[in-house]
Order: sequence, then C-alpha cells, then structure tokens
Amino acid sequence: MSSPDLLALRGIGKRFPGVIALDGVDFTVRRGEIHALLGENGAGKSTLIKVLTGVHPADAGSVTLEGHAIRPQSPREAENAGISTVYQEVNLVPSLSVAENIALGRQPGKFGFINWKAVRARARAALARLGVTCDVDAELGTLSVALQQMVAIARALDIDAKVLILDEPTASLDEHEVEELFRIMRQLRDEGLGIVFVTHFLDQVYAVTDRITVLRNGNLVGEYLTAELPRLKLVGHMLGREVKAEDHAPTTAKNARPADLLTASRLQRTSALGPVSIAAAPGEVTGLAGLLGSGRTETARVLFGIDASESGEITLGGDALGKLDPRKAVRQGIGFCSEDRKIEGILPNLTVRENLILALQARRGAAKPLSRAEQNELCDRFIKALRIKTADAEVPIGNLSGGNQQKVLLARWLATQPRLLILDEPTRGIDIGAKQEIENLIAKLRAEGLAVIFISSEIEEVVRNCHRVFVLRERETVAEFRGDDITLPNLLQHMAGGSSS
Amino acid sequence: MNKRSPVWWPAIGLVLLIVVNAIFDPGFLRLAIVDGHLYGTPIDIFNQGSRVMLLALGMTLVIATGGVDLSVGSVVAVSAAVCAQLLVREVALPLVILAALGTGLAAGSVNALLVARLGIQPIVATLILMVAGRGVAQLITDGNVILFSNPGFEFLAKGHVLGLPFAALLVLALFGLTHLALRKTAAGLFLEAVGDNATASHFAGVAAARTKALAYIACGACAGLTGALAAAHIAAADAYQAGINMELDAIFAVVIGGTALTGGRFYLLGSLIGALFLQTLTLSMFYFGVPPAVAPVPKAVLIIVVALLQVPALRRRFLQLFKGRPQEVSA
Repeated sequence: MSSPDLLALRGIGKRFPGVIALDGVDFTVRRGEIHALLGENGAGKSTLIKVLTGVHPADAGSVTLEGHAIRPQSPREAENAGISTVYQEVNLVPSLSVAENIALGRQPGKFGFINWKAVRARARAALARLGVTCDVDAELGTLSVALQQMVAIARALDIDAKVLILDEPTASLDEHEVEELFRIMRQLRDEGLGIVFVTHFLDQVYAVTDRITVLRNGNLVGEYLTAELPRLKLVGHMLGREVKAEDHAPTTAKNARPADLLTASRLQRTSALGPVSIAAAPGEVTGLAGLLGSGRTETARVLFGIDASESGEITLGGDALGKLDPRKAVRQGIGFCSEDRKIEGILPNLTVRENLILALQARRGAAKPLSRAEQNELCDRFIKALRIKTADAEVPIGNLSGGNQQKVLLARWLATQPRLLILDEPTRGIDIGAKQEIENLIAKLRAEGLAVIFISSEIEEVVRNCHRVFVLRERETVAEFRGDDITLPNLLQHMAGGSSS
Repeated sequence: MNKRSPVWWPAIGLVLLIVVNAIFDPGFLRLAIVDGHLYGTPIDIFNQGSRVMLLALGMTLVIATGGVDLSVGSVVAVSAAVCAQLLVREVALPLVILAALGTGLAAGSVNALLVARLGIQPIVATLILMVAGRGVAQLITDGNVILFSNPGFEFLAKGHVLGLPFAALLVLALFGLTHLALRKTAAGLFLEAVGDNATASHFAGVAAARTKALAYIACGACAGLTGALAAAHIAAADAYQAGINMELDAIFAVVIGGTALTGGRFYLLGSLIGALFLQTLTLSMFYFGVPPAVAPVPKAVLIIVVALLQVPALRRRFLQLFKGRPQEVSA
C-alpha cells in the first residue's frame, strides 16, 4: 500500500548529556507542500533537522521516505536518499565557481577526469529550472548572498531531491529577494517536492506555507493547516501560553528626565561613519534606528573603542574619554553585546561559567582572579535570573541554543555592573519567547538605572522598547525622537529620507 | 585529574609503553643508587627528556593561543652558541645563564611582534626565525663546533641534587611554577579564551594581542634555557646539530598531551607526559635494537595511534571493540 506521505518521522527521540533534545516527535511532510517547522530556540527544530540529515543519529524512532525506512548516517547519505538541506549560512565554497559548487562531490566524468562541459551545462540547467540567470563561471563569493542561496538550492535540487529543507534561508535576504525565494519555493512545491521551511519570521510562514508543525521543549505540540491557525494561537502554541496582542511604548515623565550619562558628538570615520551625535541617559533605553548600512553598528563599535573615531568627542558621566579601546571601555563601565554572537561573542569550547565571568575577570586583570566560589555564585545568580537553560555552568556554551547563548553574553556584561550597556541586535536569530524575555530584561535593567543603547533592525522593537530614538541615515544622525513622538511613521520617514509625503 | 580529561590517554599510552618494555627487559624499571645518585632507565628518561619537556612547556602556551612556534629548535642552537662563546671567554656563570635566557626572550619578542602586533600567520612568522636562527647560530660559532669545559655550567645537565638529576628537577619545577602562575591567576583563562576565539576575547575586554605576545615570549625563554641545557649536556655548541627537529618533538608532545592545535584548552601535565612518552619511545627503539635510520617509522606509528585516541569519535569506536556497546557519558 502506498502512503500519501513523502517523509514520515515517527517517535524520534534524541538525548544529549543532561538534555532531552527530542522526545518522541512525529513529523510528516507530504508531496507538494511547504511545511513550516516552528518553535522557540531549544524546542528541538535544529536537532530534528540534524537527525533528518544524518548529522546526529536518533536514539529512538523511525524515518521513512516514500514508504522505505532510511537511517542516514551522514549528510551525504541523506542527500543520496533524496533529502537536501540549504542552511542559513550558505555552506558552499566561496572561492569556487558557481558551476563547480553545484557539481562539487558528484562531478560528471571518467577515470577521475572531470567533464567541464557537462559540469557547466548541468549548472545552467539547474539554475534555469529555478528561473535564475547567472554566470556559472563566476566565483561564488562575488555573488550576493541571495544569489548564493539560489545556487545552494540549485545544488540541492541537482541531486533529484524529494525533500528540500530550508533552514532559516531568509535571514540575510532583503524583501525583494525573499519574494524571489518564495516564488521558487512555490514552483518547486507545484512540481511535487516536499519543502521544510524553518524560520523566525511569522509573516513569511503565513505568506508561503501550507502546514505548520510546532515543537516545544523537544515535544511535538501539534500539526496545523496554516490557513486555519490564527497568528496569536500559533504564538501561544510556540510559547506554551497566551500572549497579549498590544505593544506598548514606554512613556517618559517629562519633568523627571535624567541628565545624559553618555554624550557622543560628531563622531566621524572616513567612509564609514559620521558625523554622528547621540546621547544616552541612565534609566532610559535609547534606540538607534536606521536601515541596514546606516551606521548603527559602526556607531556602537566606536562607542566601545573597537574602531577609533577620527574626530568628535565621547563623554561619560561628564568626563571626556579620549582614545578608547575595549579594555578601557570595560573599565569605564561600558558593556557591548555585538550583533555577531558567533564571531564576536561566544568562546564556543569554553564553559558557560568561563564565558560568563570573562569580561569581569578581564576588568580585574589576571592577577586578581575571581575565586571559584565567587564564579559559581555569579553563575548561579545569572542562570536563575535570566532563566538560562543549561544542565549546569560547566557545559561548553557552544552546546546551548542561540537564545541561551545570548543570555549568557548579557550576563557576561551584567556581571561587570556596567553604567552603559550597548545591545546590538540582541534579539536577532532567537525565537519569540527568548525575545520577549530579553525585552523584559532590558526594561528591568533600565528601571534599575542602567543606561541602555538598543540597536535593532526590527523597527517595531525599537518603538516598543525605547524612550528616545536617534535615527541614522547614510551614516549620519538625522533625527531624534522622544516618548510619544516615537512612532513607526516618524521613524520610517526619517530612515528612508528624501521622498516623504 | 578530571575523569574526562584528555590527559588520561597519553598517560595510559605511557604506562602501556613502560609495561611492554618491562616485559621484554625486567631491568627496565630497576633503580640503583651509585655514588649517592639514583640511576636507572626511568631516571634516564626524565634526564634525557628534560630538554623536550622544557620546549613543550613553552610550546603549550603558544599552541593554546591557536599558534605554533617553529623557531624553538633554532633558538636552542643560538642560545647554545651564545653560551659556548661566553664560556670560552670565561664569563661568569650567572651572566652566561642570563645571556641564554636573554637570547630566548629576544627571539620570543621577535615572534611576538610578528604574530601579535603585525598579525602574520604564526607558521610563517616563526618559520622566519627558524631559518634565520640557524644562520645566526653559525655566525656566532663561525661554523665551528665550540668545545668548552666548565664543570659549573655542565652541572645544569649532569649534576645531581638529592640524588636526582638537576635538569629534570629544574624542568619539573618550571612546570609547577607555570601551572601555579596560570591556574592560580586568571592568566590561564585569558590564554584559553584568546585561543578559543581571539575576536570575542578582544570584545570582552581581554588584552588579546598582549596575551598572545606573552605566550611567544615565554616560549622563547623556555627555548633559551633549553639551549643552555643542550650545550651543558655535550659541553659543546654545534650550530648544525643543536636543537635540530626539536620543535617537532615539542609540538608532538603538546598534541599528544591533549592540547589541540586549534588552540583553546591546554594541558601542561599532558605536555609533560607527552614529552616523557616520546623520550621513552626513543629509548625503547634503542633498546630493541631498531636501527636509528628506521626508528622514526615505528615512532610515527605510535604517535599516530595516541593522536587518534584523542579524537572522541574514534575513541568511542575503539572502546566499543572492548565493551560491545558505547559508553554512556554522564554529565
């Protein structure tokens, strides 16, 4: 008897030391559907995909593809069975050509010689199927991320994939590119492929998917038809509780406005920044709003002394800071959570404890080590306060989910008891639940008198959290808003500039 | 030692090697007291291995930062040459030893400058001094083997304290001191942080460049001292032969000891055991009558086995052979 299910996972279980990552999860993909796999960080999405693609073997359960049981032991075996994956970070070779990337590992040819003509022809055919035109001899690294993603999909399809897994493919694409990707996804669906779509963006889930499977804490919450599941219900399923719909903008008492802790005037870097002038007051969240490339991150880097400002002045608590470097900034009581958690944040192989105490220890210097008891006390306190999900503080931070890594990095700075905390995209790449928690935490910290600078490309987040917003456009400050003036139209108009109505 | 520490694997390797030797030669573990000094093969291993142990000590710090120092063998030659030239000119002993140390510090500073300040790849940066250093050593010795006789200096390599060889005691003491200096302060944490992710460490306020620089300087100092030991050992300085290939032995010792070449976590005790393992292996080859020309082959095979045992995935398969099912790892 042939089953209509293309891919069926039944009772999948997977445990890591100290954590049950998946507990009896079922997941079904039918022919010709786009199926969203949703859940908070740590819900088990990544683990499920890794089981499916043979990165981690499952401890329990079965995988059947077109009615045949499979048990992929490596990504390559999964690919050969017909399960292809495109990851968020394109995992191709940037220094090879488009054609070489598409053919890599399965080059046509004989006796170890490669038939380059066939390689190019196949690459062209694979791209044509997607309706993408690009020079197949171009070096992959010279293409836009969006095009690289198309190449990755073309490569995935080149092996006659039956199931295509897209793991957060839209994270680095702009609106138009996302539309293009969706067009291709719909086309492939109509050709009978099963597409698994993992994303954090709920708009996209509703724009393109047919069905939704929600995981929470390693368990299956349920499978739903997208058209029949209201958005608030979906969020409720993901979080395991009901959420309120309204967003609130924090109100500022005009008469009790605190004096600025930080002022930065006319910061400038050749062809990177400036002039930028901003300020931040204790007990307030100050937002930097702007489009990608508007100079938000560049400003934060100058404030923390990673890049030097060629002119202008930074004062903290009334004192001019002079030439800054990160060590000096830390000693002055500034903390900076970078937007690039992997490269500029975590030390992946060191423990949660070591990651957490690093900034505080760096400020004290090597000669004044925190005792193990003090370290453990700090870890216990912050793991509890920020609700960091980890077996204990001695787990390598790389084993934690993105949201929990972010919380450890926040704890790293909170442990230094800073006066000013700069958060660059603190909620990027983490799920709604963790986002909410981090936003609540920011509100709590500023209520305790911390000055917070908040950078986010999600403009609603800025509106929701900030008392004061500086708008940047083309690396310059163009506007400042306070309180009730912080509205979407106001910000957007200045972010976009020029053609305002 | 932690139950899951990677230091267990070289330790087990060392014990196995000793057991094999003891089976074939029951006299292998025999110790005797002659003239108030302790003699025997185990003592020999410590004594002969002291130079690689000392190099491995410095190398551990450099490898922990994610780098490597290829120049230590040449620095040994330069330092030995400096010592010999000063000794034949009858310079006072403390000054000679300071000169050896100074040579090492200077060499380490050059490497530190190239790697930490100018950002050159460690392999390339230290290759410069590896090649140039041997030239400098030949310049100092004028291409000759310089012989000297100075019992005070030779005590470094041949002397005994409390019946035990001085060189071995010195090196063990340096290991102990380094351990205290790194683990009783936060320096060890900074070293591992920089090795695991230098950029993130910089962003957290750690003086990443300075940490790296200090590792290379310390490694240079170890190489300088090793030069003095090497010269004292043969009462001569030979610019061609002193310290030749010793950088490789030192790197082997560190890697066998569980410190990954990618940097991060480091294991001083592991490096010590790794160096002892290498020395025992060399000595075993000699005892078993393996011709010196062939000896590197079985040595290489054993090193590969120990290195492979460090790979968790392979180790699990290896253990499965004995247990029938994978060991449950408890957190």
